[in-house]
Amino acid sequence: MKLAYWMYAGPAHIGTLRIASSFKNVHAIMHAPIGDDYFNVMRSMLSRERNFTPVTTSVVDRNVLARGSQEKVVDNITRKDAEEHPDLIVLTPTCTSSILQEDLHNFVERAQLEAKGDVMLADVNHYRYNELQAADRTLHQIVQYYIEKARKRGELPEGKTEKPSVNIIGTSTLGFHNNHDCTELKRLMADLGIEVNTLIPEGASVNDLKKMPKAWFNLIPYRELGLATAQYLEEQFGTPYIDITPMGVVETARCIRKIQQVVNAQGAEVDYEEFINEQTLHVSQAAWFSRSIDCQNLTGKKAVVFGDNTHAAAMTKILAREMGIHVVWAGTYCKYDADWFREQVSEYCDEVLITDDHGAIGDAIARVEPSAIFGTQMERHVGKRLDIPCGVIAAPIHVQNFPIGYKPFMGYEGTNQITDLIYNSFTLGMEDHLLEIFGGHDTKEVISRGISADSDLSWSKDGQAELNKIPGFVRGKVKRNTEKFARERGFKEITTEVLYAAKESVGA
Amino acid sequence: MTVAQQPEALNFECETGNYHTFCPISCVAWLYQKIEDSFFLVIGTKTCGYFLQNAMGVMIFAEPRYAMAELEEGDISAQLSDYEELKRLCEQIKRDRNPSVIVWIGTCTTEIIKTDLEGLAPKLESEIGIPIVVARANGLDYAFTQGEDTVLAAMANRCPEKAPVSETDKNERNAIQKLLNFGKKKEEVAQDESEYVDHKPLVLFGSLPDPVVTQLTLELKRQGIKVSGWLPAKRFTELPVIEEGYYVAGVNPFLSRTATTLMRRRKCKLIGAPFPIGPDGTRAWIEKICSVFGITPQGLDEREAQIWAGLEEYVKLIRGKSVFFMGDNLLEVSLARFLVRCGMTVQEIGIPYMDKRYQAAELALLEKTCQEMGSPLPTIVEKPDNYNQIQRIYESKPDLVITGMAHANPLEARGINTKWSVEFTFAQIHGFTNARDVLELVTRPLRRNNNLKDLGWDKLVREEAKI
Repeated sequence: MKLAYWMYAGPAHIGTLRIASSFKNVHAIMHAPIGDDYFNVMRSMLSRERNFTPVTTSVVDRNVLARGSQEKVVDNITRKDAEEHPDLIVLTPTCTSSILQEDLHNFVERAQLEAKGDVMLADVNHYRYNELQAADRTLHQIVQYYIEKARKRGELPEGKTEKPSVNIIGTSTLGFHNNHDCTELKRLMADLGIEVNTLIPEGASVNDLKKMPKAWFNLIPYRELGLATAQYLEEQFGTPYIDITPMGVVETARCIRKIQQVVNAQGAEVDYEEFINEQTLHVSQAAWFSRSIDCQNLTGKKAVVFGDNTHAAAMTKILAREMGIHVVWAGTYCKYDADWFREQVSEYCDEVLITDDHGAIGDAIARVEPSAIFGTQMERHVGKRLDIPCGVIAAPIHVQNFPIGYKPFMGYEGTNQITDLIYNSFTLGMEDHLLEIFGGHDTKEVISRGISADSDLSWSKDGQAELNKIPGFVRGKVKRNTEKFARERGFKEITTEVLYAAKESVGA
Repeated sequence: MTVAQQPEALNFECETGNYHTFCPISCVAWLYQKIEDSFFLVIGTKTCGYFLQNAMGVMIFAEPRYAMAELEEGDISAQLSDYEELKRLCEQIKRDRNPSVIVWIGTCTTEIIKTDLEGLAPKLESEIGIPIVVARANGLDYAFTQGEDTVLAAMANRCPEKAPVSETDKNERNAIQKLLNFGKKKEEVAQDESEYVDHKPLVLFGSLPDPVVTQLTLELKRQGIKVSGWLPAKRFTELPVIEEGYYVAGVNPFLSRTATTLMRRRKCKLIGAPFPIGPDGTRAWIEKICSVFGITPQGLDEREAQIWAGLEEYVKLIRGKSVFFMGDNLLEVSLARFLVRCGMTVQEIGIPYMDKRYQAAELALLEKTCQEMGSPLPTIVEKPDNYNQIQRIYESKPDLVITGMAHANPLEARGINTKWSVEFTFAQIHGFTNARDVLELVTRPLRRNNNLKDLGWDKLVREEAKI
């Protein structure tokens, strides 16, 4: 047992559900107790989904506990198949169902006999994998299933596309700025003259998966999601993959050069150097920013970085290599892939921190007192407590990290967005600091004087105590309304009863 | 809607139970704040932890007095001793927080692997010297607010049995608390004996925010009724005395286990009343309590009329409109009854679980209200099926759907007004004073969408989109 208050990566089934609900017309059925379907709430609230999240539950209750699911799971699968005709139904085990040890494989086979769509069981061990690992595995599993299905039916296409083309693998629902990154990557590919063969899982149809072998190469923008799929495709079809995240000016260029190398090796004759040069110097403002005097002011400032592998590694490199900021430590909560992270960042920071204990992160921040933090929502709150500004760069995230405006982290527009994020974090910190030196804004005292400042009324002790329980942001209004009410009715003292009588009469 | 055949009595149905609600462990979110000296330890998996973290939003950052005892593979396969593991964690909690009580919340996993929490607790309790209360608030058996019910039922067994004989005893029980709260004013309503009618002690049960506790206590004081205590109190060390023969009354519709425990184990008499939600409910609640004590209620007519007059600006927005409760928090019957009194038509009352005995008075008031308002009697659907409900919503086109957050945005995108049901759980909705707050919530989507209605942006999904 472990005492835990907060976790960076969710449980395995969340990963599976993220993959399933990213695809078009795929439905997930969780084998879970009532209340485990909060994934639907997260998706509906965080990413403001207009459509119903295609996830339902085959409820595990007392009866299931006593007698097993029996027909229930099969019935739920065939019912959903008839109601919504999904292409694929993914039966998703949860921590509860995995200890029940029911033969879910058998349920899937039985349901498949009746269902028109495909049915599969997500093969994920709840106690060994987290959300990110499970997502990676589920995506691989689905791709493999459809490749093998097509192969059996002789429907696998021969050869490659005529022009250089790519499968972009790994953008998914509830991913950090994934939808914006996706748009930016498509734009980048178009600029490079590369066709997007498939883009999975977000918005893709499972029927398109058999087309995947036609691509010249696979692009894996996120370290956490898609690697297993890319390795599988390389193994099966020899398709090379590129796992350089195009985040930051230098890494974007490195990614594009790798693409050039990979497509030229297959007979294309492209030269992207001119494109990289033009974009770097004139489209992205990041290179110019690093020369500007603004950025000079940031030289040697201390920062710390924490997040998932992809974003924490990319940010560390951008801060250190492109802006001359001193990264005291960089850390990741992807413990299972810690070696990769160490290798990526060790030359760009003093210290590497591998942990998923938010208390240890908080302590490490307090210890080094950086001028800015780049982390998750948790680090943002640590920053609030310590009065250090924080730019959010990775999940776990809140609804404000699903902006409506176009805010990619990848590609050349991404470099602009990241520059703003970094610069705004630091200036705010400077401003705060100056305010402190000069004792804050000089308007602070004046604004709180309301019309009731010179009140002829007195508040009884219990009335005052009750007033103090009202949340601060409406207390002033409640106080004024109550006093107005008391004055109109000639009460001399305001007690709890008067306070509530006033509330009832005017809705204070 | 066809009103050709008016049913004579409420119609009860039961569907598949495939509906969305919160896991009952969510009760720790409001109970740890209510019981100030408690610590809630949820013994479960990452799934439970992730739910709490996401459902509580920012509260997690305020150093909450709750934590997960996260079960690992060794715990599941019984390679580790439950007792030793729990002892280690509880000692750590004692060291770091020193609470007056540790509440263990059992989850689905502890049910399935049959961890004997009730058996382990007394042993560990005597070893570490902190009371350990066990509540099995799991998703196998319960929904959302029923979590509070399981915790309060367990707490009911911890209430002192005998009233302290002398004033010194009374002080003794709270001596340490007093010391800790030095200088803090006691916030309970001052209880001057002379203002009360002589009646058997009354204890109210149900966790409410402190201001609402004050309001309801005052409301009864006006009738000369003294509230001897609340379950729960602000602190575990202040749990009310419950002697055999005391009267108890519930303030929330989801507290049936607590009611049962108080009746059977503590030999209390339950006052079965409608719940004090809405001015009609509050009045009926007070009247019922008065009648049990043989008191003629004073001034309730005027008080209720005055509240209704203050609500008119909201009531006119919903009068004649229809509402559909998908059902997820067990407040549905009380809210529906209030809204019928406001002039709304209730198309369906979905509800996770319907205790017809505990809610009998509330159901009777609903029926009576429908008859008096000439409103058709709604169907009460226990364990609803959300998919079927959505088909019914498409057909009956209600003016407002009260639903969980999983369905709210998709319904709005299809031009259907929604109100998140969860807000009714966290807002102050009890008593005369807060009737306005209920209507503020109910009318908010209607007011908002009124403001936008000329823009022609009702349906924001593409035609080919499914369902």
